[in-house]
Amino acid sequence: MELFDSIILILDATLRNATPLIFAALAGMFSERSGIVNIALEGKILISAFAGASAAYYTGSPWMGLLAGIMASVVFAQLHAFATVTHNGDHVVSGLAINILAAGLTAAVGNYWFSQGGNTPNLVSRAEELNARFEPIVFPFADALADVPIIGGIYSELLSGHYILVYLAFLAVPLCWFVLFRTRFGLRLRATGENPQAVDTAGISVTQVRYLALLVCGVLAGFAGVYLAVALTAQFSPNMSAGKGYMALAALIFGKWRPKTTMLACLLFGALQAIADRSQGAIILGFEVPVQLVEALPYILTVVLLGGFIGRAVAPKAIGKPYVKERA
Amino acid sequence: MTAQTHSAAEYALELRGIDKHFGAVHANKNIDLKVEKGTIHGIVGENGAGKSTLMSIIYGFYEADQGDIAIDGKVLKIRDSKTAIASGIGMVHQHFMLIQNFTALENVVLGAESGELIDDSLDKARTELNRLSDEFGLSVPLDQPVEELSVGFQQRIEILKALYRGARILILDEPTGVLTPQETEHLFKVLDSLKAQGTTVILITHKLREILAATDNVSVMRRGEMVAHVKTAETNQEELAELMVGRKVLLQVDKGDSAPGDVKLSVRNLSMTDSAGVKRLDNVSLDVRAGEIVGIAGVSGNGQSELLETLAGITPVDSGTIDLNGHTLDAQHPMNPSQVRKAGIGHIPEDRHRMGLINTFSAYEAFVLGYHRNHEYNGALQMKQGAIIEDCKEKMERWDVRPQDPYLKTANFSGGNQQKLVIAREIEQNPDVLLIGQPTRGVDIGAIESIHKRILEMRDAGKAILLVSVELDEIRSLSDRILVMFDGTIVGEVPADKADERTLGLMMANIVPDEIKALQAEEPA
Amino acid sequence: MSQHRIPAWITVGVIPLANVAMAALAAALVFWYLNINPLDALQAMVYGAFGSSYGWGYTLYYMTSYIFTGLAVAVVFQAGMFNIGGEGQAYIGALGVGLVCLGLGGHVPFIVLLPISIIAAFVFGGLWALIPAWLQAKRGSHIVITTIMFNFIAASLMNYLLINFMKPAGTMSVESAVFDPSSWIPKMHEALALIGISIDRSPLNLSMFWALFVAFAVWFFLWRTRWGYEVRAMGSNASGAQYGGISIPGTVIMIMIIGGGLAGFMALNVVQGEAHQIKLNLVNQMGFTGIAVALMGRNHPFGIVIASLLFGFLTQGGSELQFEYSVDARIVVVLQGLVILFSGALQNMMKHPIERLYLRVTSNRRKASEELAAEA
Repeated sequence: MELFDSIILILDATLRNATPLIFAALAGMFSERSGIVNIALEGKILISAFAGASAAYYTGSPWMGLLAGIMASVVFAQLHAFATVTHNGDHVVSGLAINILAAGLTAAVGNYWFSQGGNTPNLVSRAEELNARFEPIVFPFADALADVPIIGGIYSELLSGHYILVYLAFLAVPLCWFVLFRTRFGLRLRATGENPQAVDTAGISVTQVRYLALLVCGVLAGFAGVYLAVALTAQFSPNMSAGKGYMALAALIFGKWRPKTTMLACLLFGALQAIADRSQGAIILGFEVPVQLVEALPYILTVVLLGGFIGRAVAPKAIGKPYVKERA
Repeated sequence: MTAQTHSAAEYALELRGIDKHFGAVHANKNIDLKVEKGTIHGIVGENGAGKSTLMSIIYGFYEADQGDIAIDGKVLKIRDSKTAIASGIGMVHQHFMLIQNFTALENVVLGAESGELIDDSLDKARTELNRLSDEFGLSVPLDQPVEELSVGFQQRIEILKALYRGARILILDEPTGVLTPQETEHLFKVLDSLKAQGTTVILITHKLREILAATDNVSVMRRGEMVAHVKTAETNQEELAELMVGRKVLLQVDKGDSAPGDVKLSVRNLSMTDSAGVKRLDNVSLDVRAGEIVGIAGVSGNGQSELLETLAGITPVDSGTIDLNGHTLDAQHPMNPSQVRKAGIGHIPEDRHRMGLINTFSAYEAFVLGYHRNHEYNGALQMKQGAIIEDCKEKMERWDVRPQDPYLKTANFSGGNQQKLVIAREIEQNPDVLLIGQPTRGVDIGAIESIHKRILEMRDAGKAILLVSVELDEIRSLSDRILVMFDGTIVGEVPADKADERTLGLMMANIVPDEIKALQAEEPA
Repeated sequence: MSQHRIPAWITVGVIPLANVAMAALAAALVFWYLNINPLDALQAMVYGAFGSSYGWGYTLYYMTSYIFTGLAVAVVFQAGMFNIGGEGQAYIGALGVGLVCLGLGGHVPFIVLLPISIIAAFVFGGLWALIPAWLQAKRGSHIVITTIMFNFIAASLMNYLLINFMKPAGTMSVESAVFDPSSWIPKMHEALALIGISIDRSPLNLSMFWALFVAFAVWFFLWRTRWGYEVRAMGSNASGAQYGGISIPGTVIMIMIIGGGLAGFMALNVVQGEAHQIKLNLVNQMGFTGIAVALMGRNHPFGIVIASLLFGFLTQGGSELQFEYSVDARIVVVLQGLVILFSGALQNMMKHPIERLYLRVTSNRRKASEELAAEA
């Protein structure tokens, strides 16, 4: 029973860890499928976490936090589009600029606003009678069933009691699939990532498609950031994204730019993180695996995949290339 | 020019004073054009005459600096392709505008969806496409990714795309470059049936024969200007050629008889499969002797490029043997391009921008590409820059490369001078064998003559020359023997004096006329 | 097409300056929002960075690191690729330097140890770049992504090694033992004191000269040797290079090893010259900043030295701001981000208008002189 409990705990943590990765990886999917390399997920997560926590603190409402977080992330995403689409800037450099700018601005402005070394105040404070954090959603009868063996563990522990954003993340996966593969917008977006010139000659504005793609990217990345600051922890602290944007990018590549497989990659990476967090090392088949190896595994796996040793990840063909009308 | 008595509305398309600059290049100069409704109108001109630019302006891909475009007598501002499509203009680009991993159906629907969700659009398009393909003989597999389909099918998808969008004016930019004569013939039938239904067709090509075979009227462009409009029935190939280049062209170069010596390049049973698994060369055998030019004719994309690149050591050999000037090159004995050069082989690549030159390099750096490791250009660590620049100056003078500035970036030379730079580099190394691809592509007429002369001088100096070109005239005027390639194989050999256009054309479509068969039976290769 | 009519002083002078000016303008807005007079801030930064031998010492110390990480990006960029792995390569380079100093320090004279630690920095950094290079050359994996992944892998690896092997028993913080003082690269203030010049104590050490020499060596390599010729040929036109008999996989692997090695040199400055021990997270984003340095320096070694000085100024001057205005020290990061944004991501924003303006002015002038000539 102890093993079962610890498995449930790890799976429970897996869902929590995977949530920001799923939002961010889906965000990256819209961007990369439209042809824009997105190493800027990190910065978008960070800025939305900061804006989300600040707004939630000032308004006392996590939902206002969500709104503000999404708006901040969208502004950065549109800046990304302005650089890469309007001015044909290098995608990697633009992404880097956004990440560095977000890291600096959140800390400097945060310190100016709250004078707490870049942190926001805690969103749950009895003294200020403040509770601006998302509340966990408890499923019906979860409490009653908690003590029932197996079912209690799965239903009450694992499935029930997460923040609403966790459930939204998993709903976002089929939704994004539908948008990408069953709508006009998705068709055009995927085409733009493959051959923007063909899209242009079909009478569609490449600029418009890419701006829209980054708009959606901004919204989704906003969810990821707000989840970190307003749900998972009740506070923003500088650099709290801690590489999640890059890990989401790795998951997107590991999932071969497809929604379902990307979600599975996020779950895998989330589980590895959960294992690493739980122990100083994992014992696998009698060998002690250092916790650092478990932590690094998502990146190692992605490199191995990119090396073509486990399947082949084929990126959208026009990714990373600014679209410039060439002289005939 | 014939007197125009039509009223404006009889013209499907009318251009007035179209002008377009790209930076310093004046691509279109004050262009006027009238295209009668329901006709096939040809536009001919040399490469770089400005035809594609003009069509891209009509299609809204570029915006003209000045001038008006009228469709059915109404002046329209065409700012983007969307407006052009809405005005009933469809275009089949030279390089197909298809999403390779989409199906034909998805490609057709893209940009012409009927609603927010695509399932309805796809169903609707399927019905409509079935009707269109029946009507015009344009059947294609609708549900296969485009990348798995042949070039011919891909072109049909492009035409279907335009028709599905209700095109009343269909522009085809160099549509036959990648087609066999038979596919070309089928295409022209399609165009005729479109014309019969009232569609106006604009056919852009630099091939005079096609203009005469397919069009009603023809306009000629030269260096960005529209120089003549004539009725096809009232003109002929010679007149059009003269209009295109601006003066009488000598289609035949004066050359003496060849005096072939020893075999310098020998290929036996060469095969090559590319990374996508397509067989590009299939059992190719040929010999080139010292002092002769062997021409390879064929529709582009039938393995000529792959043959040249394999011989040059760029693409590895799968099976078969190559004897390069006494050195063996096969799967067991691979050679890289620098080893091939050391064996006495010079290579003038087909596309100087893709291969022959590094655009950001200065002329003197470009002059040693491929020879940059040679002893005479290198010290222990440092390259001998002074010597390289001196060497470059000398060669620029000898070859009349202009401007004679060793420091100028190669990108800033004109096409002809860039090509001279490449040819000079390869010939000055005094190779025994020369592999030459498309020596005069994108080069102006004056430079063509001088390049042709140099190639013949090399022959007379006893070099073995393999010449690949898609310009039949070039092949016919330079070669001593002509081999024709089709689908990676050599279809047959024609002596230069028997190589008329009809014979070569048939062979390019894999049909060997009896008299050529008889010739080959007499003297086995 | 019109590029050749734009003179060099516009391309390498006016446009970069206009970009920096835009970044400065945006920075001024940020300062203004933070209730700091931008001009006062600038003055404080200039004073902090250049107002004393202490400030100069820090500025040049940072410059030294940026030269190495900037060159690490630039050489690879000359080959047409993006090395985002400077962060990890420098970290692993530090491992090499640390192992040499811990193993040999006190046992061999400095003059013997130094060449070995230089080689170790290069080899360790270079080898860390080798796997992404090999994957790019032989398996076509995109080097941008693999080098990012390798930064994280390096962080985990170093974490593991520090905790399990390098941390002296009984200490709490995650760092190696302090090296034997005989293995330290002398500080500038110590060296100058020997010849009677007295300057303030600062982390600046003699590895600055190595950085300047390496910048020159990189220039020589790229523009004067056949290997550099091949690198630039490949960077500009890979199929052209292949046609010229240049091995693409070989060149990719060679230049990535050099790039990784150059990043590894950063450890000479930071570890052997200043910290004298391997600390957690010692690279501290300087690998990433190297990308900005390379961009600003237009991937040319001499440009990189100048850009490194600018970034050294930003880093040192910016950190002075926190004492003057109690602003968060990470204001420096904002300044760096703005420079990357305007000099890198948005570099065309100023480029096209300036070029167009120049062409218009010159064509007007030409027309005017032609008219004059016609009248005469």
